[in-house]
Amino acid sequence: MNPSSLAVRCQNVVKIYDTGDQKVTALNGVNLDIAMGELMMLVGPSGCGKTTLISVIAGILDQDSGYCEVFGEDLLNMSNQRKLNFRARNIGFVFQAFNLLPALNAAENVSVPLIINGMKRAEAERKAVAVLEQVGLGARVTALPSELSGGQQQRVAIARALVHSPKLIVCDEPTSSLDHETGHNVMILLKEVALHNDRALVIVTHDARIFDFADRIAEMDDGHIVKVKETRDKAKG
Amino acid sequence: MNHIAIKMLMGDRGKYLGIVMGLTFASLIMTQQPAIFLGLMARSYSFISDVGLPDIWVMDSKVQFVDDIKPLQDTELYRVRGISGVEWAMPMYKGLLKARLMDGTFQTCNVVGLDDATLIGGPPVMLEGTVEDLRRSDGVIVDIDGARDKLGKPSPIPGGKPIPLKIGDSLELNDHRAIVVGIAKVTRTFQSQPVVYTTYSRAKSYAPKERKLLSFVLVKAKPGQGLAELTRRIRATTGLAAYTRQEFMSLTYEYFMHNTGIPINFGISVLLGFIVGAAIAGQTFYNSTLENLRQFGVLKAMGTSNWILLRMILLQAVLVGTIGYGLGVGLTAVFGYSMRYSILAFKFPWELLLFSGGGVSLICIFAALISIIKVIRLEPAIVFKG
Repeated sequence: MNPSSLAVRCQNVVKIYDTGDQKVTALNGVNLDIAMGELMMLVGPSGCGKTTLISVIAGILDQDSGYCEVFGEDLLNMSNQRKLNFRARNIGFVFQAFNLLPALNAAENVSVPLIINGMKRAEAERKAVAVLEQVGLGARVTALPSELSGGQQQRVAIARALVHSPKLIVCDEPTSSLDHETGHNVMILLKEVALHNDRALVIVTHDARIFDFADRIAEMDDGHIVKVKETRDKAKG
Repeated sequence: MNHIAIKMLMGDRGKYLGIVMGLTFASLIMTQQPAIFLGLMARSYSFISDVGLPDIWVMDSKVQFVDDIKPLQDTELYRVRGISGVEWAMPMYKGLLKARLMDGTFQTCNVVGLDDATLIGGPPVMLEGTVEDLRRSDGVIVDIDGARDKLGKPSPIPGGKPIPLKIGDSLELNDHRAIVVGIAKVTRTFQSQPVVYTTYSRAKSYAPKERKLLSFVLVKAKPGQGLAELTRRIRATTGLAAYTRQEFMSLTYEYFMHNTGIPINFGISVLLGFIVGAAIAGQTFYNSTLENLRQFGVLKAMGTSNWILLRMILLQAVLVGTIGYGLGVGLTAVFGYSMRYSILAFKFPWELLLFSGGGVSLICIFAALISIIKVIRLEPAIVFKG
């Protein structure tokens, strides 16, 4: 893979949690490359280190050793402020529990990353409405999260992850709180709206029903990547 | 991010109202109780502040406060008049005498005897009649509160309100007849006894026979005469105590502060208000932050700095603090206004706003601080936990 086309490069990444009584090795020498324009899924049993790995990739957790480069930047050696700015500009998040701010309506929720990046509120909300229309929620921009269905909330979360045009979107179990059809629709939306040649998607999932959407699937176990396989479509392509 | 902080704060109406109510309660207690305390303490020296004309009060050197009368010989008046720098010096009698009311009951009154010639030291506001009416035979001036209540004539209806004394009514002071010739407005005294003004010579005739009956010598300094120097000169020459009006008020105030349980009682009320307010508001604010912790984590993950999160929490604390403080102070003002004609002591100087504002600020800082520590220590990776 051409290094310039790489979104993420992890080499021998180690993360150990010290819980006081014992040390738990969450990542034990992970090596993984993710290309631009790629939808990579991380799968594996609970506790295998998937969430820790995307936390390191997203720059919200520091590894203990090893190297993790995101868009050519070594996050570990960045100052806190630079890392915050890097995350604010380049990373979009989609969570299993949506994590929308319950007191803000859909448009306000979606505008948050833009406001964090310094955009004026009115302009940010205008842009947020446009992205909500893109994800099919143009009619619900003023609805509070509590007034939306699970699928709609996840669409708002996807809009929030996309609104500031980040280059990497990390999704943690984006479909596991949704029924099959809604989950399928969310994945179609993610693939259609979120995935471009200049953007990469990393999805942590247990949901085997959505594996077909992946370009590659990295299987993890016990803090390692044990296998990376290309899906049929990708292999054919 | 400010609007997000405000919406996060107000998102849970119950918690938001709980915090505001806690701070309102704290603010109310920290303003209302000291206002009553200050009102009560102001009454301790109200008699001095009501007598506006003299610059200096001269009295026995052992006097500790205004009601602690240790009579002087009348000759002391002439000694004071002879001191250089004294424009004039007038006698004043002040003592507690029993008045016999029309129904035969007795009421202790604060009888004030004014210099017969000048009537200096008279009531500050006359509602009916004039101070000069004291020159009429057996004339006394009664304060309006006393006239309406404690000195009032018995109601013809059993249990009814007393009929207020009016000009022309009579009293009996120590077996001497006294005719009401005026009604005055005076500041209530600490013991809230009726105040009866008369002339110095008449007051002496009302008082039980004693060798010494002069309570105070009221002194006016000559123009350009420094009061500190004159009080020093009076003390040195006569061996008596001499205080400026402000000094005498302070002496009285300090006596009540140090020799009564009033400051401790009110201090405990204020402290309890502070503690309960801090506990309610602080804990509710902290709980609210804890419940919003994941939301703060999301903001942190998306690139919000600790500094901005700190500002958001401070804004929330300032907002609830301002609303709670405003409501508490407003309620105190309403309370004071509604009690203005009652016997309740109430004084609300602007310094009290600073005091209670400081107390509410401390509660808010405490509440914000414990929340800020939690948020700053928050790992953004919390957002991926289920």
